[in-house]
Amino acid sequence: MSVDLHALYQEVVLDHNRHPRNFRAMQGGRKAEGFNRICGDRVTVHLRVEADVIRDACFQGSGCAIVKASASLMTEHIRDLTLADAAALVERLRRTLSAPPGAPIDDLGALGALTGVRLFPIRIKCAVLPWEALLAALSARDEVVYTSPRSLDRRIP
Amino acid sequence: MAAAPPLRPCDKVRHGHPAGDPGQYADADADRFLSTRTPLTRQRTHRLGGPDLDIDLANVRNDFPALHQQVHGRPLVYLDNAATTHKPRAVIDRVAQYYTEENASIHRGVHGLSERATDAYECARECVARFLNAAETREIIFVRGVTEAINLVACTYGRTHVGPGDEIVISEMEHHSNLVPWQILCDEKGARLRIIPITDAGELRMESYEQLLTDRTRVVAVAHVSNALGTVNPVAEIVRRAHARGIPVLVDGAQAVAHMPVDVQELGCDFYAFSGHKLFGPTGIGVLYGRERLLDKMPPYQGGGGMISFVTFERTEYSALPHKFEAGTPHVAGALGLAAAIEYVTDLGLDRVRPHERALLDYGTRALSGVPGLRFTGTAANKSGILAFLLDGVHPHDIGTILDRAGVAIRVGHHCCQPLMARLRVPATARASLALYNTRDEIDALAAALLEVREMFA
Ligand SMILES: Cc1ncc(COP(=O)(O)O)c(C=O)c1O
Repeated sequence: MSVDLHALYQEVVLDHNRHPRNFRAMQGGRKAEGFNRICGDRVTVHLRVEADVIRDACFQGSGCAIVKASASLMTEHIRDLTLADAAALVERLRRTLSAPPGAPIDDLGALGALTGVRLFPIRIKCAVLPWEALLAALSARDEVVYTSPRSLDRRIP
Repeated sequence: MAAAPPLRPCDKVRHGHPAGDPGQYADADADRFLSTRTPLTRQRTHRLGGPDLDIDLANVRNDFPALHQQVHGRPLVYLDNAATTHKPRAVIDRVAQYYTEENASIHRGVHGLSERATDAYECARECVARFLNAAETREIIFVRGVTEAINLVACTYGRTHVGPGDEIVISEMEHHSNLVPWQILCDEKGARLRIIPITDAGELRMESYEQLLTDRTRVVAVAHVSNALGTVNPVAEIVRRAHARGIPVLVDGAQAVAHMPVDVQELGCDFYAFSGHKLFGPTGIGVLYGRERLLDKMPPYQGGGGMISFVTFERTEYSALPHKFEAGTPHVAGALGLAAAIEYVTDLGLDRVRPHERALLDYGTRALSGVPGLRFTGTAANKSGILAFLLDGVHPHDIGTILDRAGVAIRVGHHCCQPLMARLRVPATARASLALYNTRDEIDALAAALLEVREMFA
């Protein structure tokens, strides 16, 4: 099997796909749904925010291994971040994942497991989907906000 | 042997059979087929069945330049034929020849090139008429593809025959292109769609179909072959029951024409649509067959040049069939390329292709059954060469990516059948779809790649 594939499906990714962390519902809080209209993948991100700090994050939905692993890693990673820091992280992640292969990239720590998508341009949207839902959730209040991977077009269902 | 008179391309096509000496054709042995009087005077032998399939398919595969390439450093295994097929050299050359030597506006010019282009275009129409065994050449309308063909019927026949409270019957397995145009029509007219349900195997529930036919039913529109399941629908029976109530039937033949002989008179359908690009022809060209009696009474689809016989500011007289439905400069190169493609498959003999693909389907079904956790979606008794499946614990998109790196091209997703995916309660499936040039080796490559997927996601 190719080196590229092992970069995409790293052990960490496969593990989070198999055993997604924080894969559950939450009563109340903020939430937003990321929906990729092209492939039908859906991720709903739930946040419990206290004094502008994310105290709990979880997700639900269905999607490919990359979507699931990205969402799972994300919910672990953003706990205890301020809303502003989380928003900045989304930007940084978006920039990093869409950097062409070979270009220097930020060290994303545990999230670095997602950078294999750079070798698979059509899969970048999968890794980014939960993060776009997060960005919407950061500013949403008890509503579902639809996002699509390219644009953050919003509509209330 | 006396020299045969020169043939125009359309003369070479007889419905379902290669043109030429019928005796020679009938005598050909079961696995073998001698192409008779091929346009480039190639004499070939194709073995499309039997154990030594791969060796003898080499000839056919050599006709398709795009098959011979590497993808991610691996030989291409192209199993996405339901999306589009590759093109034989004869088609590519025909299109190039048109632009190199003929290229002219048709039905208008008085100059030599225009005359030749017009001739070739109308000859292509004859070729299609023979291919489908249409009663009349004027029953063949060139369109962009199935999507446009169905929109044409919905916008013309539909608009004039469907009213408030009327019903249009389609099935649960329809491609969006045989659903959305009817939905738009229903919204406009206050009519409603009635849906023929399917069984878990992916076959139409014919007893439900019978019940859906009422005196409000204005049109029945069904796929000949399902692109997502491979089911070959009992179209003749569907037509028979609809006609018993005087209801016309449109058949979406997108997935049928490249895989089996189609005879519109035998099927009895009123409209039949197919796309050139799924029949080894160019993109942007397709066909709507319509029964003359219906086409005659239908209003035009689009207005413009070519579809008129007389225009004043007050009124317009429309051209006779088929031109009434072909407004604007048509896709001449596409039509010629399509005729070349039809000639190509006719040469091979679609009645030979079907058993070859059937054998390959059986082989593939057995091979994929050996992949742990694999489940087929679509197990109809009468199936065309489509292997749609799910793999336990692995999303189809991940399957698609891993197979791609092994050089194996399949389609993953909803296959433009979202309501069918909802019925199957899956977001997507993986689909390998066969064509006449596929081999057992390619099926083996597919199965091996799926085992790699299995291993990675163990
Ligand atoms: C069953 C079926 N119907 C209709 C279509 C639409 O064909 P086209 O996009 O060429 O118009 C397709 C092709 O995807 C198909 O498989």
